[in-house]
Amino acid sequence: MNEDVLKKVQSNPKFIELVHKKTSYGWKMSIIMLVIYYGFILTLAFDPTLLGTPIAAGSVITIGIPIGVFIIVSAFLLTGIYVRKANSEFDTLNQQIVEEARK
Amino acid sequence: MKARLTSLTAGLLAALPALALAGEAMTGEVEKQPLNISAIVMFFIFVAGTLFITYWAARQTKSASDFYTAGGGITGFQNGLAIAGDYMSAASFLGISAMVYEKGYDGLIYSMGFLVGWPIILFLVAERLRNLGKFTFADVASYRLSQTPVRLFAATGTLVVVAIYLIAQMVGAGKLIQLLFGMSYGSAVILVGILMMLYVLFGGMLATTWVQIIKAIMLLSGASFMAFMVLGKADFSLSKMFQLAVDAHDKGIKIMEPGGLVSNPIDAISLGLALMFGTAGLPHILMRFFTVSDAKEARKSVFYATGFIGYFYILTFIIGFGAIFLVLNQPGMMETVMKNGKEVTQLIGGNNMAAIHLSEVVGGNLFLGFISAVAFATILAVVAGLTLSGASAVSHDIYASVIKKGKANEKDEMRVSKMTTIALAVIAMLLGILFEKQNIAFMVGLAFSIAASANFPVLFLSMFWKGLTTRGAVIGGAIGLVSAVVLIILGPAVWVDVMKHEAAVFPYKNPAIFSMTLAFFFTWLFSVTDSSKQAAEEKARFGAQFVRAMTGIGASGASKH
Repeated sequence: MNEDVLKKVQSNPKFIELVHKKTSYGWKMSIIMLVIYYGFILTLAFDPTLLGTPIAAGSVITIGIPIGVFIIVSAFLLTGIYVRKANSEFDTLNQQIVEEARK
Repeated sequence: MKARLTSLTAGLLAALPALALAGEAMTGEVEKQPLNISAIVMFFIFVAGTLFITYWAARQTKSASDFYTAGGGITGFQNGLAIAGDYMSAASFLGISAMVYEKGYDGLIYSMGFLVGWPIILFLVAERLRNLGKFTFADVASYRLSQTPVRLFAATGTLVVVAIYLIAQMVGAGKLIQLLFGMSYGSAVILVGILMMLYVLFGGMLATTWVQIIKAIMLLSGASFMAFMVLGKADFSLSKMFQLAVDAHDKGIKIMEPGGLVSNPIDAISLGLALMFGTAGLPHILMRFFTVSDAKEARKSVFYATGFIGYFYILTFIIGFGAIFLVLNQPGMMETVMKNGKEVTQLIGGNNMAAIHLSEVVGGNLFLGFISAVAFATILAVVAGLTLSGASAVSHDIYASVIKKGKANEKDEMRVSKMTTIALAVIAMLLGILFEKQNIAFMVGLAFSIAASANFPVLFLSMFWKGLTTRGAVIGGAIGLVSAVVLIILGPAVWVDVMKHEAAVFPYKNPAIFSMTLAFFFTWLFSVTDSSKQAAEEKARFGAQFVRAMTGIGASGASKH
């Protein structure tokens, strides 16, 4: 990448927009995942019996089971949501920046 | 409370080696089982198939880029399967289903820790990595820093992690094959060594990836079939399945709730950090991001990988519960052995065999052979990836960049990587045999801790922090590496369990929370106090690096065939 292209990209308001959007979105999603996971770990640490509560009176299934499955599914969904947004919105913006840099 | 704290730690840490070695039974003494012909036949069908792929891949593998990264032509979906394959080792299959079989709900908790690191990798590092790197993660770490010291450091970090992980896998393979096939330990280790050498030597990344993909498909289909059959035996009712398991297990309803898993917060968080960020510092995993054509495909690979891994863990959960009501205390499944002078009733071959025995119950002898063959194939696929990343650290980072100052011709570089592959295979076989009687349960934990404490901080800061300098990266990274190793040696896993001292000098099994902090702190300290002219230039180059990381302008693309 030569100096010229570099300057062009760095001063492109779309680049600044991309950096801001992508970075803050990435951190936001990371924090959601961490809160879900460590929320679960801390529940285990401080109130383990909570997860052993049956989902309905007389049922053998405890609420820990759907919560566990939810965490696994949420990891998958969060990646899906991010990829969708990144591959459409961010990449469109990115494409424009790349093309404008070539001019 | 105190007892619960310790058992949590012991439990969570047991999950680490389980990832690679199917837990304790694989690391202790195992008894050779009778020859299992159908398993051996199926395994050799797999080997024949993968060698054919290697032959095909060898004809396509011409340039260095083909060898290291399959020419960057792997799709996101394929790479997702391969990454999932790297993660779904024999051990996570046998080990986690065995944990569910023994403890019920707690097994599910283990598997979550392994999964939640992936979204974080996607959100923060995957695409920057793809945009900046070419063949190895050292490409990224040394992007704007001084080549020689940073590459030497990164190559050392890679080789240490690869060596430790290889030993763990080799010993695991030897034990597993005694149990599954009834072959001897030595022949198992040599067989694994030779096959992985052939895959890597001739087929490079293309063969390594396809071996991993085929294995992942076999494992996912086998596990899906087992879970389906288990549900079938419970009339496709989850309540009935859990009820049958509760009735069969001597812990009764306790298997439906968290058991001894109350947190010692320090060890639990430390383990979480090692798992999460260790994954982002494992060289053979990082290398997979360079096999796809661009950042878009890199993102997709993580999405698919997370899906497959998550699905797989839900299957192992069902399989574990199935083993409770279909295998536990069933005639012909249990044996009584002497352990530490006490009589213990367990599954034949140890509790890690829960999934294997279940496969026989639900699918007969032929399916048992299939699942055994798959379990062994997983080890082969993982060691091939490890060897390839070790070989590229030597040929690309040390030989081409440090010794030849980036002016090596491609033929020589390829020759060096092939020689390294042979050397690594021989070393792995020797160490595998040497470590047969050693307790190596701590080794995968060690590999994850080193990856999280040495490789990850340098890689992360090089992408996120402008102020990083060569001096900071090398000193900080080295401190992370050394402190992780020393703290593990002084901790209970080695000081007490291996060296038989009374009490551990360092009380925690997992050092990541301390060694990572040290690595980040000293990297920062030695960077901000670095006022040399070189440091100023390195900081000035961050702008261009950042633009490339964000936009992919100038990133290496897929090679054309």
